[in-house]
Amino acid sequence: MKRFQEKSIEKILLLSAVTAIFIVLLIFVFIFVEGFPVIKKYGLTHFITGKFWHPNDSAFGLLPMIIGSIYVTIGSLILGVPLGIGCAIFLAEMAPKKLVLVIRPAIELLAGIPSVVYGFYGLVVLVPLIREIFGGRGFSVLAGSIVLAIMILPTIINISEDSIRAVPREFKEGSFALGATHWQTIKYVMLPTARSGIITAVVLGMGRAIGETMAIILVTGNVAVAPTSILEPVRTLTANIAIEMGYAAGDHSSALFATGIVLFVFIMILNSLAVFVPKKVGD
Amino acid sequence: MYRALKIEETVAKLFLWISVIVTLLSLFAIMCHILKEGIGVISWEFLTEYPEDMGRGGGIFPSIIGTLYLITVALIFAAPVGILAAIHLTEYTKKGILVNTIRFATEALAGIPSIIFGLFGFAFLVIFMGFRWSILSGGITLAIMILPTIIRTTEEAIRSVPLMYREGSLALGATKWQTVYKIVIPAALPGIVTGIILGIGRSVGETAAVLLTAGSSLNLPTSIMDPARSLSIHLFTLASEGISFKNAYGTATVLIILIMIINFTANFLMKKMTARTHSY
Repeated sequence: MKRFQEKSIEKILLLSAVTAIFIVLLIFVFIFVEGFPVIKKYGLTHFITGKFWHPNDSAFGLLPMIIGSIYVTIGSLILGVPLGIGCAIFLAEMAPKKLVLVIRPAIELLAGIPSVVYGFYGLVVLVPLIREIFGGRGFSVLAGSIVLAIMILPTIINISEDSIRAVPREFKEGSFALGATHWQTIKYVMLPTARSGIITAVVLGMGRAIGETMAIILVTGNVAVAPTSILEPVRTLTANIAIEMGYAAGDHSSALFATGIVLFVFIMILNSLAVFVPKKVGD
Repeated sequence: MYRALKIEETVAKLFLWISVIVTLLSLFAIMCHILKEGIGVISWEFLTEYPEDMGRGGGIFPSIIGTLYLITVALIFAAPVGILAAIHLTEYTKKGILVNTIRFATEALAGIPSIIFGLFGFAFLVIFMGFRWSILSGGITLAIMILPTIIRTTEEAIRSVPLMYREGSLALGATKWQTVYKIVIPAALPGIVTGIILGIGRSVGETAAVLLTAGSSLNLPTSIMDPARSLSIHLFTLASEGISFKNAYGTATVLIILIMIINFTANFLMKKMTARTHSY
């Protein structure tokens, strides 16, 4: 009896554990089944290289959105990565203990605030500010990049900090013993050793930036034309889906699933990059 | 040479200070602005009344109820599965291809953008399963999204339970499951609860996936088959359609306060957990 109970519990546990695999497969299948036929019908190049998104005229060019996603993501990385890594080094190496006790909950809060709240803040503060300073409509690549940069900071800070803290003490002591200054030690010993963790942090931040939807919709203006400057409005792949899914039907709806496939592939490529980053220098 | 070093050192440290200050200031600016504009909007009426005129007037009561509904459904699905999966991965697992695949799948789930979950929920739950735009569809979609969080946090909590607890229990003749159920789980409980609270936090903030699966009805949901509009979606709709910035500030303030409570609780439990682990 007891044996039977133990065995059945083990089965239940195993079942729960494989649920994640099952769900991932299900997601994969459903997105592809919905999106693939329309890609086949119009051809992959139509989607990837088409410059015009006019769903009513069966023009499903995703190029402006692909470019849009890449622009705001790169923009957010340019702003967010130096800040994030700077914070991480500060927290791991320089911050007095008391200050850490203040900064850490702040970063947790930064991570916890819903993305739509960031978007709202961007809409009511950043967009008018950009309009005032630089002209234009304010809804722009720049606004999107700034909002995203703030949103990816916690990811970058937390993972980079962990990896900097994981650098063995001896490395640091050895460097000091050779007469290196603190900054030299950080620059030539700590950061190269923590390299893989920092790269992972950046990749995960990038994933979060590409995948972000609601905040971006509120601040980028969502015009389905590739921008030529950072002050022009832009529409991302995610925004394309979220905005039109409510009323799309037929090929249009399928084309949005195709947008999802493109996004999915982007994210998968990024995730596998993170896996292939070598774990440690000289390991 | 030495002078150049000195300058580099100063500049570098200055940069580190600046990055921390900019980060903290961004948070501070956002919080202050939203709380300043929003705190005056919040009143008992705002929290308990129905919205009027698409949300231009009135309160956010249906959205609060909708959010609670969604969280409950999400937890009913995600908590048992997540916790059991974590137990399997920590207590029962032998290393192997299956475990690696499970881990890969969990990580993939954590990395998939929310809008993809939304698309999936729409195609699978709303259309294929025939759940329509409902709290059930939205809740299950959220459950899938918070599953990785719950699995990961529970795993960590279980790993932090000292080995001797298990040995003691097994030595007394308890079976493996009895040990897990009566010794390991109670000891890991604060950590497990933390995971659930973090899951709640993510559910509260999620917008894109819920929008595609739970709809955005302004009516008070009465069953899990009704559509609902969560607080985040309400804020998004008010802001994106320019319906009422005043009520948007109010809703944003409610969201921020909720998240602060959630974070505080999670931190409190986490501290309790580490304090205990370290005392052994």
